[in-house]
Formats: sequence, C-alpha cells, structure tokens
Amino acid sequence: MFSYCTDPSTLEGLSWLSCYLTTGKHVNLYISVFVVLTLLAITAPVALLFGFGAASAARSRILPLRWFGKGYTSIVRGVPDIAFFLFFVIALDQAFEWMRHKVKCPDWDQPIRQGIDFVVCDAAKLPLSTSPQWVHETYGFFLAVLTFSIVFGAFAANVLYGAMRAVPRAQIETAEAYGMTHRQAFWRILVPQMWVYALPGLSNLWMVLIKSTPLLFLLGVEDIVYWARELGGTKAAKFTDYPHPNWHVWYFAALLVFYLCFTKVSEVVLDRIMTRLTKGQATAAGEAQRKAAA
Amino acid sequence: MSCVETIQAYAFRSLGFGERLLPRGEYTLCEHFTLIGSGLIWNVYFGALALATGFFLAVALAVGKSSSNPLWRKPAEWFIFVFRGSPLFIQFFFAYACFLSLKGVSSFFDPFTSAWLGALIVLFCNTAAYSGEIFYGALLSIPKGDIEAADAYGMTGWNRFRRITFPTMLRLAWPAYTNEAIFLFHATTLVFFSGFPAWRQQGDALYYASYFADKTFNPFVPYPILAFYFILLTLLIISLFGFVNRRLNKHLPQERRAKPRLKISLIR
Repeated sequence: MFSYCTDPSTLEGLSWLSCYLTTGKHVNLYISVFVVLTLLAITAPVALLFGFGAASAARSRILPLRWFGKGYTSIVRGVPDIAFFLFFVIALDQAFEWMRHKVKCPDWDQPIRQGIDFVVCDAAKLPLSTSPQWVHETYGFFLAVLTFSIVFGAFAANVLYGAMRAVPRAQIETAEAYGMTHRQAFWRILVPQMWVYALPGLSNLWMVLIKSTPLLFLLGVEDIVYWARELGGTKAAKFTDYPHPNWHVWYFAALLVFYLCFTKVSEVVLDRIMTRLTKGQATAAGEAQRKAAA
Repeated sequence: MSCVETIQAYAFRSLGFGERLLPRGEYTLCEHFTLIGSGLIWNVYFGALALATGFFLAVALAVGKSSSNPLWRKPAEWFIFVFRGSPLFIQFFFAYACFLSLKGVSSFFDPFTSAWLGALIVLFCNTAAYSGEIFYGALLSIPKGDIEAADAYGMTGWNRFRRITFPTMLRLAWPAYTNEAIFLFHATTLVFFSGFPAWRQQGDALYYASYFADKTFNPFVPYPILAFYFILLTLLIISLFGFVNRRLNKHLPQERRAKPRLKISLIR
C-alpha cells in the first residue's frame, strides 16, 4: 500500500503494523464489513415486507390465507434458528434447480434423487458450471439474503401482528362509523398507527439481526468471520512477508468490539426514532412527553 | 442392522460409547433418529448446567445493576452490555481463541479448550447476562407497597431481600425467564459450529443433523427430525417452568397470576 512497504523485513513497530494492516487480504476483510452491511441493508426491508404480508394474511378473512399467515409465523417457534439457516440454504438451492430442471429439460427420464445424490441436467444447474466465479459468489450471497429474509420475516410478522392488534379498537370503529370500507380502514387508520406499537419489537429484531450476521459464515459467504479466521491463523515466514504466531484472539476481539459499537450506535438511533414516533400518540409515553413539554 | 441394534450401537455415540464409526452408505430413518437424539444429550447438558449455575450470577448481576454504589453498578452494567451486545457466535470464537493461547501458558487450561468446559463457561456468562437483565427489570417493577410493608415490619438488609424482594422478583421475572431458558437451549446448538471442535465426532444434535444433510444432500429428513426433538424439549421446559410458576404464584388470587406467554426472542 505505502511506498515504504516494499521490504517488510526491515520494518519495525508502527510502520510494520501500518503495512501489515493494508495487505491485500486485509483489504478483503474491510470489504467483507461492507458485505455484512449490504446484507443488513437488503434483508431489513425485505424481511419487513415479508412480515407485513404474513401479518396481513394472518388477519385476513379468507381462511387458507389466514392458515398460511399463522403457519408461517408459528413455524419459527420451538426450533433453533440456526437449523433454519442450514436447512433453507440447501432447500432453496434444490428447489430452484428442480424448477429449472422441470422447465429446461422436460425429456429427462432419470429420477432426480438417485440414492444419496441430487442430479439435475447440466442446463438446470445454478449457477451454470461455466459461469465465472463472481456469479457463484453472488448467487451464494443471494441465497443467504433470501434465507435471512424468510426467517426474520416470520419474526417481523409476529411483531407486526401484535402491533396491529394493539391499535385501539375504537379507532377502527370510528373509521367504520365514517363509512370507510375494510380496506380503507386498514390502510388509512390501522397501518399508520401500528408503527409506534411495533417499534419496540422491531428494534429488538434489528439488534438480533445484527447479532446473527456472523451466521453468514456458516452459509458459505466469505464474511468477516471467515477473514478473521483466515488472517488470524499462524503464518510461517516461508509463505508470507509478515510472519506471525496465532493471532486469532486479536482478530476476534476486534470483531467483538465492532459488534458492540454497532449495537450501541443502533440503540442510540432507535431511541431517537422512538421519541420521534411517540410524539402526539395516545399512549402512556406520548402523554408523558406532552406533560414534560407543558 | 435392525433398529434395535442401531439404538444399541448409537444411542450414546455422542458420549463416546458404542460403535466408533458413524453409519455410512444408505442411511435409515432409525439411524437418523437415534444419532440426532444421542446428540441431544449434549444440548441438555449445556443448557441445564448453564442455566443452573447462571441463575446465581444473574441474581448477583441484577442486584449489582440496581445498586446505587457505582463500584457494584458499573461492572454489572458492563458485563451485561458486553454479553448481550455481541453475537454469541463471536463470543464462542473469541473464548476458544483465548483458551487456546492460555493453554500455551499453563497446562491448567487444557480442559478449557474442549467444548464440555469451555463452551459451558461462555454459555454460563451469556445466560447470566440475559437473565440478569430480566431480573433487573423485575426488581424495578416490584410494587412499592411490598417494600413499604417490609419497612413497616422493621425488615432491613438481608432479611428483607430474602423474604420480600427476592421472591417477588422471581415471581415477576418467571414468565420471561422461561423464555430465556428455551432460547438458551436453542443457543446450545451453536457450540460445535463455532471454534470448539467435536472430538472424535462426538457432537450435539445439530452436528449430527448437518452430518446427515451433508452426506445425503437431503435436508428434508434430518432437520425436521431435529425440529421434532427441539419442540419436545421446548414443551418439557414449558411444563417444568410452569410447575415452578404455579408454586411461585400460589398465594395470589386466581386472576392476578401471571401466565407465561411464549414470546419470541431469538438468536443471540
């Protein structure tokens, strides 16, 4: 990186450290921080959307839709989440390949499950075996995002369902008295008011989402845990210009601090949003705010 | 192999008894059930011990956090913040790396690098922090009248804590604590997926489930079995904790008793 880094064996102290921390692999580590942030930035809205859909479905007057909504939200209870993550990645991958197989190779006559193998025709493979490396990585990341969204969508659905029920009944009754239809009352009265009830649950969910990002590592994405393990291991002088003993402790300590800072910042920001949303609401906190101002 | 033979061979495989080699070739449903069930022993071991020991530290942390003396309050606050604010997954990695480098200093730390002790310590601290926060919340919501009544009887210090504060705190916190127990058991599945190695393929339920999923490339059998076992375990915890809950609330009139509600709180 820097001009004086050409011969690392002559360096000492801070200058050695500055060169060491800017090697190509360390840059990969810094990039993987953005991978985590990207995952959060995509997953949060998608999961919220899934959750909103499922919560509305669970309130629906159509019975099968209600079953679907309730079933989706209740599968997540009682089972360790990590099992979902491990399950969905393989299951989704196989589902996509199976669908493509049905479309692209209709005259394939062998069974797809042959003993312990899962065989689809070459044209149905995802991604195609001829495609470049970055397609494989992006596909892996896409699967991870989808898995995260499905699991956290179920949790968000649970929170939003509770929030919809927490909106005072009188509000809906007033809407009906004004002659609003079911749909109008839902979009104009219920949805704008439910957020203040949903926010504590959703901010809890956000914290949990942050804390579950290291599971990306289990899904085969090269994230910060992967690079911390890679870089922290013992490096012999034969293979690298920066030999060092096992430094896993330092790398994981850095990750720990990173996550602590991240949760702290989120906590402060979410507190602000909560104060903002509470303003003028017919809740105890809103009332307290009004009295404090007066 | 018939199913009975399979059970004989693999029922305690996770503890190192029975057949040394894991099943191979065609995997039967019986092998799935036996081996994953055998792994569940580790989940119960980690969960039960961490919960039982963590309880005491949790009470100490809650009392410390509500203390007016910063000498007690600050360490408790930091402990709770560090363990609740960071992913359990990273805590496992960090602890394993720590124990590994301590091992070089003294052979006293040898057992700490294996899962049965090292992971247990992490889970112990983790559940103490989470339950400490729950108990702290309960301490804050003890009815003012209860404390005033204790004062009127002239109770102070340890006597008041033992007879009034502690039982009320426990009663108020119990529904949330039930949840904490359930999710602690779920968190035990992370142990063998973080730094801690599964020695001689003696792992927990998820370890064997993912072993089967890797070998057969079919996630639709082992993971539902795992889910089945965990739902059973969850129901067992709910009934055990519900029994204690009824005891704690025995003196209250029927309608004031708090019922435990299974609320979501997830991965840590």
